[in-house]
Amino acid sequence: MTQHFAAIEGLSPLDAARSETVVRIVDLKRRFGQTPAVDGISLTVRKGEVLGIIGRSGAGKSTLIRCLNGLERPDGGQIFVEGREITGLGERELQPLRRRIGMIFQHFNLLSAKTVEENVALPLKLEGRPNAERLKRAGELLELVGLADKAKAYPASLSGGQKQRVGIARALAARPAVLLSDEATSALDPETTRSILALLKDINRKLGLTILLITHEMEVIRSIADRVTVIDAGRIVEEGPVWSVFAHPKSEVTRSLLGSIRPQLPEQLAARLRPSGREAVLRLDISGEAARRPLLSELATSIPGRFRLIHGGIDHIQDEPVGTLFVGAATETGGIAAVIEFLNHRGARVEVLGYVADNV
Amino acid sequence: MSQTMFDLLLRSLWETVLMTAASGLISLLFGLPLGLALIATDRGGIAERLWVNRTLGAVVNGFRSVPFIILLVALIPLTRLIVGTSIGTWAAIVPLAIAATPYYARIAEVSLREVDRGLIEAVRAMGGGCWAIIREVLVPEALPGIVAGFTVTLVTLVGASAMAGAIGAGGLGDLAIRYGYQRFETAVMVAVVAVLIVLVCGIQWIGDRLVARLDHRA
Repeated sequence: MTQHFAAIEGLSPLDAARSETVVRIVDLKRRFGQTPAVDGISLTVRKGEVLGIIGRSGAGKSTLIRCLNGLERPDGGQIFVEGREITGLGERELQPLRRRIGMIFQHFNLLSAKTVEENVALPLKLEGRPNAERLKRAGELLELVGLADKAKAYPASLSGGQKQRVGIARALAARPAVLLSDEATSALDPETTRSILALLKDINRKLGLTILLITHEMEVIRSIADRVTVIDAGRIVEEGPVWSVFAHPKSEVTRSLLGSIRPQLPEQLAARLRPSGREAVLRLDISGEAARRPLLSELATSIPGRFRLIHGGIDHIQDEPVGTLFVGAATETGGIAAVIEFLNHRGARVEVLGYVADNV
Repeated sequence: MSQTMFDLLLRSLWETVLMTAASGLISLLFGLPLGLALIATDRGGIAERLWVNRTLGAVVNGFRSVPFIILLVALIPLTRLIVGTSIGTWAAIVPLAIAATPYYARIAEVSLREVDRGLIEAVRAMGGGCWAIIREVLVPEALPGIVAGFTVTLVTLVGASAMAGAIGAGGLGDLAIRYGYQRFETAVMVAVVAVLIVLVCGIQWIGDRLVARLDHRA
């Protein structure tokens, strides 16, 4: 009885104590014809965390997320949701399990013939809950997503952001153990994207909801994920806490995905770089301790030369400072080696991008 | 136009309305499930059964290829079995319904096929089975098209019922042929055509109004 109760509520402390892992994927494989879409992915999603999966389009992330609720059948490997293996289950056995997994979509997928309220209540209708209970729950959820006044409206009259809020309310209706987000903000403008992500983060904190999201935008990962998994060609190329992956990207794919949100040397400056010159242009990647200390001032007092900040900045990801600075260093002959050594010693990663003849 | 002629016109109108409404209702009752079966069993459908799909498709196409006037005669034994007679208004309803059912099934199928696959996916993802998808997604989402298609079917039935005069079913078409055409009574012809125009416009108007009320997509 207790177990049964916990399974329905999903958010009860009993459940939390019993298992920390909500989703576990072991060596998942799925191929379409000869092309592997998912090629041996293993990962776990822990209770209450936001795991972001990022990759370029065609990396296999959609296939991966669709395997999780059985919309896609894997060719190999295992998937466990709340400790129960779902791979190999038939369509009928999958149905009650899918109610434990909420999902939101890029194009919202709201039913046009139903009102907002009916859309949100639909998962409960499928569970066979009485109408009064469904409407009560729908009302609470619309309150949560800030659309209580739109209960009787039809989706066609809502904006994109409002539609996704309804989508989120609907996904939460049956009190799922995990929320899957399939590019949920990709069809929205930047401002609406921010408000939807803020809502998801808020729900994650308030309800302790576990979220697994896939995206191709690092900005999404940066704003709400706790951990990130980068996949490419159906394989995991990198994973870890978001700040650490942002601070020390190991793979080329990650670096290129990060490209759009990390500071880059402005093009007109890059064009003026020469193999030698009076002033070296350095790229400093700093995070954690190195980013907290007065690095540039220490540099200036330890090594003779003129140092100036050209471009860049420090961002805070999960309360960890992560930054990229472009610094011009004019030192005596041979001084650059000392500068690099000094900075490396203090935990900064340094790259000499080139030299400029005079002030840029 | 004489009083007798006027009574005849009224009776014919009633016969046409009866034939159209009864056979229309039957075609809706059987055609919609048939249309659902056609898309559900098709490749990638919610209950993929290719051999069922092929069989249903062949039967539908078979009935649709037979000219109505031939069907009217060919179905006489069946009509006699169901209605007890092979002549009269009620007797005409059987072949009319049998011709309209596969016709409407195809029209419904087109509307049902246009339902966004993402919606079906969303309901599957929330644990809905085949029946839930039909009830919550396919039928409600395609309803404007289903109603619009039913309007088209009714108008087609008004036309087809004219041929039912061949088995003594009466109706406006029959009146127009026997009095207006064969006896050169132009006034009757004009009156019948006028009534038919009003009838068809009325059906179309009600259908359009209903569609506008049901459609929440835009």
